[in-house]
Amino acid sequence: MSTEAMKLLSVAIAIAVGAIGPALGIGMIGSKAVEALGRNPEAESAIRTTMILALAFAEAIAIYALVVALILKFA
Amino acid sequence: MSEVKLVEETAKSGITILTEMPKISIKAEIIFHLFGFGITNSMIASAIVFLLTIFIAVYYKNQSTKTRKGNFYYLIKFFVKSTYDLFRSVLGEKTDVFFPLLFAFFFYILLQNWFGLLPGVGSLMIKVVEEHEEIFIPLLRGNNADLNTTLALAMISVFSIQFFSIKYLGIKKYLHKFFNFSDPISFFVGILDILSEFSKILSFAFRLFGNIFAGEVLLTIVAFLVPVLASFPFIGLEIFVGFVQALVFSMLTAVFISGAIVEHS
Repeated sequence: MSTEAMKLLSVAIAIAVGAIGPALGIGMIGSKAVEALGRNPEAESAIRTTMILALAFAEAIAIYALVVALILKFA
Repeated sequence: MSEVKLVEETAKSGITILTEMPKISIKAEIIFHLFGFGITNSMIASAIVFLLTIFIAVYYKNQSTKTRKGNFYYLIKFFVKSTYDLFRSVLGEKTDVFFPLLFAFFFYILLQNWFGLLPGVGSLMIKVVEEHEEIFIPLLRGNNADLNTTLALAMISVFSIQFFSIKYLGIKKYLHKFFNFSDPISFFVGILDILSEFSKILSFAFRLFGNIFAGEVLLTIVAFLVPVLASFPFIGLEIFVGFVQALVFSMLTAVFISGAIVEHS
């Protein structure tokens, strides 16, 4: 396998594997937020703020993988 | 074949037409040198936003004493008020002390992120000579898409967390958090705490950089694949991401400060 092909493969694997964990996390955050909303609809704004913050944290993990992939691809 | 055509086009009219995949650079490029110090395109953008921030701040200050206030004043006031309420839910009574720093983070990062989405930023090209070779590089670059900026912001944030911790706890209790010799477990937890302070810098810097840079790459690639209309929803997404990242940065600083200024038993 040539170096170029290996590089492209590593880019793909980096972002694909790195996206699994955050995807599960974001799904859980969303489902729990909807659950909380169902139990306590008055707390909508507080739940939304907390949810978006938690989403940003989970997303950050995927972003780390993305940064690694981008560095591999473009640098 | 297209390479040759590209060069010919440049020589004739002085305008380059992009016919191949856009080049994406992970680091900011140097536009010119000032006293041997390289001025990059992201620094120019940051200077513009910096002046804009100061201008808005002075405007807000002047308007606040007038009886008839402009509409723009109320827009800024809306931002100030809602972020104040948000930070109040984290910091409680001490919000007034930390609010200037936190809002400065929020507002500066927000303006930086949104400035990077304006038309012309990243697409206006300038010709520079680098190692006897003429290359085209963007004149402006979204400032948070440069790792140096986000690293600087992260360091300001983490150092101010340490500063406030020392100020509120005293140097003795502050050091006791990291160097605790009472039992082996506390000792190792202290070492981990020292490491976590450094990893905070990295996670702050990479979160902001990654989100904004990924957004820029996304917009470039989408505009390359489908030139018309397709990038519109992505611009909307990037406006939202820019807002959320500014909020997350300042909110995280608030949360860490609120954790650092109280003593843990």
